[in-house]
Amino acid sequence: MTIEQQRGRNTRDDKRTSGLLIASGDVAIIGGGVVGCAVARRMALEGASVILIEKAADILDGASKGNSAILHTGFDAPVGTLEWQCVQKGYEEFHAIHKSLNLPLLKSGALVAAWTEEEESRFNGILNKGKDNGVKDLRLLSRAEVISLEPNLGQTVRAAISVPREYVIDPWSTPLAYLQQALKNGGKALFNAEVTGGEFDGSDWLLNTAQGQVRARYVINCAGLYGDILDRDVLGGSEFTIKPRKGQFVVFDKAAAKLVKSIILPVPTERTKGIVLFPTIFGNFVVGPTAEDQEGRDDASVDKENLQVLRMQAIEKIPDLATIPVTATYAGIRPATEEKGYRIIEDKTRNWITLGGIRSTGLTSALGLAQHVHHLLAKQGAHFETITEPAVPCIPNLAEHLPRDWQKPGYGEIVCHCEMVTEREINAALEGQAPAGSLSGLKRRTRATMGRCQGFYCSARLAELTKGKFAEPLDVGEVND
Amino acid sequence: MTDTLKYASCDVVIIGAGPTGLSAATALKRAGIEHVMVLDREPEAGGIPRQCGHPPFGIREYKRLMTGPSYAKMLVDTALKADVNIELKSTVTELKPEGVLTVASPEGLTELTAKRVLFATGVRETPRSARMVSGDRGLGICNTGTLQSMFHLKKMIPFRRPVVVGTEIVSFSALSNCKKAGICPVAMLEEDTRPTLRWPLHYATHLFGVPLLLNTCVVNILGNERVEAVQVADENGSLREIACDGVLFTGKFTPESSLARMSHLTFDPVTGSPVVDQFGRCSDLSYYAAGNVMQPRFGSDTSAAVPLYYTADNLPQPVKVAGQCWQEGKLAAGHIVKDLSGALPAASA
Ligand SMILES: Cc1cc2nc3c(=O)[nH]c(=O)nc-3n(C[C@H](O)[C@H](O)[C@H](O)COP(=O)(O)OP(=O)(O)OC[C@H]3O[C@@H](n4cnc5c(N)ncnc54)[C@H](O)[C@@H]3O)c2cc1C
Ligand SMILES: Cc1cc2nc3c(=O)[nH]c(=O)nc-3n(C[C@H](O)[C@H](O)[C@H](O)COP(=O)(O)OP(=O)(O)OC[C@H]3O[C@@H](n4cnc5c(N)ncnc54)[C@H](O)[C@@H]3O)c2cc1C
Repeated sequence: MTIEQQRGRNTRDDKRTSGLLIASGDVAIIGGGVVGCAVARRMALEGASVILIEKAADILDGASKGNSAILHTGFDAPVGTLEWQCVQKGYEEFHAIHKSLNLPLLKSGALVAAWTEEEESRFNGILNKGKDNGVKDLRLLSRAEVISLEPNLGQTVRAAISVPREYVIDPWSTPLAYLQQALKNGGKALFNAEVTGGEFDGSDWLLNTAQGQVRARYVINCAGLYGDILDRDVLGGSEFTIKPRKGQFVVFDKAAAKLVKSIILPVPTERTKGIVLFPTIFGNFVVGPTAEDQEGRDDASVDKENLQVLRMQAIEKIPDLATIPVTATYAGIRPATEEKGYRIIEDKTRNWITLGGIRSTGLTSALGLAQHVHHLLAKQGAHFETITEPAVPCIPNLAEHLPRDWQKPGYGEIVCHCEMVTEREINAALEGQAPAGSLSGLKRRTRATMGRCQGFYCSARLAELTKGKFAEPLDVGEVND
Repeated sequence: MTDTLKYASCDVVIIGAGPTGLSAATALKRAGIEHVMVLDREPEAGGIPRQCGHPPFGIREYKRLMTGPSYAKMLVDTALKADVNIELKSTVTELKPEGVLTVASPEGLTELTAKRVLFATGVRETPRSARMVSGDRGLGICNTGTLQSMFHLKKMIPFRRPVVVGTEIVSFSALSNCKKAGICPVAMLEEDTRPTLRWPLHYATHLFGVPLLLNTCVVNILGNERVEAVQVADENGSLREIACDGVLFTGKFTPESSLARMSHLTFDPVTGSPVVDQFGRCSDLSYYAAGNVMQPRFGSDTSAAVPLYYTADNLPQPVKVAGQCWQEGKLAAGHIVKDLSGALPAASA
C-alpha cells in the first residue's frame, strides 16, 4: 500500500476500518517526530520491514515542530549518561551521512558567554565537564578575544568558552530525510493513524490505529509528548509522566544574521540550558527558548509578554538587534518528565521499547538513539539482513548559504518572495514518497510563508497551488468576485 | 548567468511595476530616455492596485473614477504605449554599488547594470508575528492584502466571520472587500479611543453592520488548526471572548524594503526606508527611491535605534495612496532625467 492511499483524511469510518489489517512488518514505530523518523531509518537500513505510524497528517507534529536546531557536541551533557552517548553517536552519524542526503550543516561554532562574575565563575566546571565528555577543543576566550571574534556582542560580555564544533542544522529537512530513506528502503508510513491500543499475542503485536490494524513483531514507542499516554493505553502503565515544557522563540529578520555568526549560549543553570541566540540555517537569527512548565501537550501558543522579554534580552546581548524587525515568533514543547534523563524502557517480554522524555537534545541524539534501539533489539534476539547498498534520497536544500532552487532556471515562478520559494519546489513537496500532508508540513518542506511578510504576498497563490491537497486548506471556500 | 539579451544594458532600471514604477517609466520614456526597463517579481504588472477591487483610483492620473484593477491595467497600457520594457517574473535579489543588480527569473540568474536605478517596491502591512500578538497559530490569520489577493485574484476567501483589527484607511478597504465576498466580520477592533481613520469609518461600520469596538485589543488568539475565537481586553483590562474564524490584521504599513536593508545603501531603520536626499537619491547616487517604499519620519524622533522600536509601529500616518505614488514616480523621473544630463549636483547636503 502506498502512502497516498494511507493518507486517508477522514476518520469517519474508524469503526468499520479499525478491524481491518492495513499493514504488517517487523518493527512498528509509533510517532513521526525526529526520533521516530531516525529509528525508522536505522531499522530499515538494518533490513527490517518498518512501519511508521503517525497520528497527524504529516511528520513533526509534536516536540520536533519547533526547536533551536543546534547540533550539539554534548560538551555540557550529564557525563556518562545514555543521553550523552546518544548525542555523541548522533553527532558523529550526522556528520557521516549529511552530505549524501544533501542535508545542510552550518559550521557556526558556539560561544558560552558570561555576562556576570557569577557566570564566569562557573567556567571551570564547564571546561572540566567538556573534558570528561570527550569534547577536547573547548577554549577559554578573554573579553578581548570574544569581542574581536564577535564585535557586535554587547560590550558588557566578560569572557566566553568557545565550542568550535557546535553547529546549526535544518530541523525539518533532517528528520524528513531520515523518513525518506526509510521509505526508499522498503519502509511504510501511515498518517492520520493514531494508535489507541493493541494486543501482544506472545509473538506479535496487533496495534489498533485510527486507520485500521497494524501487525508487527516489535514496537518502538516514539510518541514524544504522548509517550506516557501511549504506554498506558497499550501496556497498561507507564514508568514516567510527561511534564510539557514550552519554549518560545523570536525570529529576527535576515538582516540580523550579519551581526553575529556564532551560536551564543548562556551559562546553563539547574533548570534549563537558558536563552540562546543563534543563527538559523535559513539565514535568520533567533532568540529563545523560554522554559515554561504547562499542562497542555499541544499548546504551542506564544504570548506577547514573554516574546517582548526575549527580544529585550537579545538586544541586551546584541544591541544592534534593536534596529532589526521581528519576522516570526514560534514555540516548541519539550517532552520533559519528572526526571532529567531520557526514559528508555524495555519490556522484553512484550517486544516493546519506549523512547520517552527525549527532552532537549533529540534533534542531535535521534540517530544515536536509533543505533541504541537496534542494539537493544539485537539483544532481544531480533535478526535482520542489513541492506548492503541502501538507497539514498536527495533532500531539496533550504539552507541560505548553499545553492537554492531559484538559482536554477526553469522553476516556473517564485511563489514566496521573502524566502524565494519556487513553484517547482512547492509542486515537488506535494508529490513523491513523503508528500506534505498539511500546510505546516509544506511550510517545513519549502519555507513558503515563513519569511518577513508571513504570507502577505503569496498566500493567494499558495492557496491555489495547494487546492484540494490538505484536509485543512488555506481558504474556506470559493466566491464570485 | 544567462539570457543577457533580455536584460540588455539600460539607462534606467525600475524595480517594481506598481503606480510609482510605471509612472516613472512612462515619464522617462516620454522625456526621451532610450532604454527604460521595469522589473517586477509578479507574473503581472500593476502593483497593489491590481488586487484592490474597488474605487477610488485614477482621479488625479486619468481624471476618471476607476477600480484598482482597471487602474492598474491603464497604468500598464500607458507604459507599454510609451514603449517601456516591462519584464515580469523578474526578482531583483541584490543591489550592488553603481547600479549593478542581480535578477532572478525562470530563465536564470542575471546581472545587469543601469546608469540609474529607481527603487519602487511599495509597502505591505505588518503581519501578526511582528505585532507579537499572543495565542495559537491556526489558519485564518492574515492581512488585508492577503484577503484582497485571495478574493480578487483567485476567487477564494480565507474566512467567513473574522475579527478585523485596526481602523486605518486600508481597514475600510478590508470591510468593503468582506462585504463583496460575502464575509461577515463579527467586530472591528481599535486599541485607541478613536479610529485612526476618523471618517468615514464610523459610517462604514454602520453601513456594513460591523460593530466597532474602541479601546479594545486582541490579547489572545485561540484555535490550533483554525481560529476559533479571540480574547479581547477593553480599557479596564477586562477580558471577553469573541467567537470568529479568522483575524484580519489591517494596516501598520511597513516598507517592502529588505533589498535596501541588506544592501550597501544607507538605511534608516526607524522608517524602514533607504535614506535619500531632496532629489530622492540614495547614498549611492546611482540609486533613487520613490513611492510607498519611502516612508517619512515623524515628530522629534531622530535616534536611529529607539529601544522598543518596531518598524511598523512607527508609521502613524496613513500610507500614501496610489495617486500620490504616481505623482512621486513622475517627480523621480524628472530628477533622473536631469541627473542623466548632468544637471543635478553630484552630491547634496
Ligand atoms: C524549545 C526546544 C528547543 C530544542 N532545541 C534543540 C536543539 O537545539 N538541538 C537538539 O538536538 N534538540 C533540541 N530540542 C529537542 C528536540 O526537539 C526533541 O528532543 C525532539 O523533537 C523529540 O522528538 P520525539 O520524536 O521524541 O517527539 P515528538 O516530536 O513529539 O514526536 C512524537 C510524534 O508522535 C506522534 N504521536 C503521539 N502519540 C501518538 C499515537 N498515539 N499514535 C501515533 N502517533 C502519535 C505525535 O503526533 C508526534 O508527531 C529542543 C526542543 C524544544 C522543545
Ligand atoms: C493591502 C494594501 C491595500 C491598499 N489599498 C489601497 C487603496 O485602496 N487605494 C490606494 O490608493 N492605495 C492603496 N494602498 C497603497 C498602495 O501602496 C499604493 O496605492 C500604491 O500601490 C503604491 O505604489 P508603489 O508603486 O509604490 O508600490 P506597489 O503598488 O506595492 O508596487 C510595488 C511593486 O514592486 C514589486 N517588487 C517588490 N520587490 C521587488 C523585487 N525585489 N524585484 C522585483 N519587483 C519587486 C512588487 O511585485 C510590486 O508589484 C494599499 C496598500 C496595501 C499594502
